[in-house]
Amino acid sequence: MGYSFQFSIVWDNLGLLFAGAWLTLKISLLAIAFGLIIGIIGAIFRTSKNKLLDAIALAYVEVIRNTPYLIQLFFIFFGIPNLGIKLTAEQAAILSLAVNFGAYSTEIVRAGVESIPKGQVEAGMALGFKPLAIFRHIILLPALANIYPALVGQVILAVLFTSVVSQIATEDLTFVGDFLNARSFRSFEIYFAISLIYLAIVWLIKAMAFIIERRYFEFAKYRR
Amino acid sequence: MEEFTVSQILINLVVAAKWTIILSAIAFIVGGIVGFGIMLMRISSIRWVKWLSLVYIEFFQGTPLLLQLFLAFFGISVVFGINLSPLVAATVALTTFTSSFLADIWRGSIEAIPRGQWEASAALGFGYFKQLRLVILPQAVKLSIAPTVGFLVQVIKGTSLASVIGFAEISRVATQINNVTLKSLLVFSLAGLLYFALCYPLSAWSQRLEQKLTYKA
Repeated sequence: MGYSFQFSIVWDNLGLLFAGAWLTLKISLLAIAFGLIIGIIGAIFRTSKNKLLDAIALAYVEVIRNTPYLIQLFFIFFGIPNLGIKLTAEQAAILSLAVNFGAYSTEIVRAGVESIPKGQVEAGMALGFKPLAIFRHIILLPALANIYPALVGQVILAVLFTSVVSQIATEDLTFVGDFLNARSFRSFEIYFAISLIYLAIVWLIKAMAFIIERRYFEFAKYRR
Repeated sequence: MEEFTVSQILINLVVAAKWTIILSAIAFIVGGIVGFGIMLMRISSIRWVKWLSLVYIEFFQGTPLLLQLFLAFFGISVVFGINLSPLVAATVALTTFTSSFLADIWRGSIEAIPRGQWEASAALGFGYFKQLRLVILPQAVKLSIAPTVGFLVQVIKGTSLASVIGFAEISRVATQINNVTLKSLLVFSLAGLLYFALCYPLSAWSQRLEQKLTYKA
């Protein structure tokens, strides 16, 4: 093996890589925010007494969870323009990621809602808590504490998934890698460096999640 | 523009589904074997062995599968000067992906077995591997079946990315048909339907297994 590694291709293009990473972060953040909104609505449907709403949300969750994200992306990017609606690559990327994240978060949020026993709310009322205080301290915070680990895990998977949007020429971190690879053929150096950038982003999320957990969900530890 | 009827599109996709299934099976089996080894390293009491498995798991869980595919397909061929076929490259990448997750799932099942089981079997004079084989694993396997089947769905969905390096499975063929017919909604709906037909039974089975387990506990 006479290969000599040359990481200069990475150092020489830090600006491009930074721009790609920035777009990856931006797409992730928007998709996760929209996806969470979809997830909350989905969870309301899933726990509603209306059977039709429940069935619609369940069908959505099962269809998304049992098909690859790549197909969902292509369906939205190539398919929706057939209906006469124009989408840029970036819009299609964010939309498809949000729809994908929404399905997973529907089930996570639903589990959180169902993890709060009814008696707990009744106990709060008996103790004279105001409705808003009951919602905040007895429903929302404990439910969030219960689903927090699952949610963080799903956020990390979603960020890694964003790499797929490079396939519709969204100029994210992976796309920058493809671009540099096509120009230099330093495939290993480029893709290895980009993998490490993704890893750094994942660690950043984990560190932030840890700090948030210490700050807001410390109380949940004592119950277990 | 080429004309394809719905049934022609479907037949082409079903033929391609064979390769999705083959690639999934290979990735799951090879990934399972490697994952088992990584899991053993992960629960080892030797520091550096454990540390090595942690680096492996952290790297392959913390990077996108697509990048692992590019590293296997472009990276290996450039560094070692050998050209891997898309099938081999996809197998390598899906193996690293699958094994890093399965190692974690299985470690969880093993750690769920009460400490006393290890101690009791040690008291009976069993060596480490005899403890594992006769006492711990038989109980842990039961716990691990539901999440393992659930993860198989992730593997099948993961194979769709092999289309990017030119492996002719469902997604690749769907993209090609889309390029000539431009019937995007139809083509990707049918492709999605095929994936759903492969994945949904496994998801449902995994959920049923999980419920059975929780009722017993």
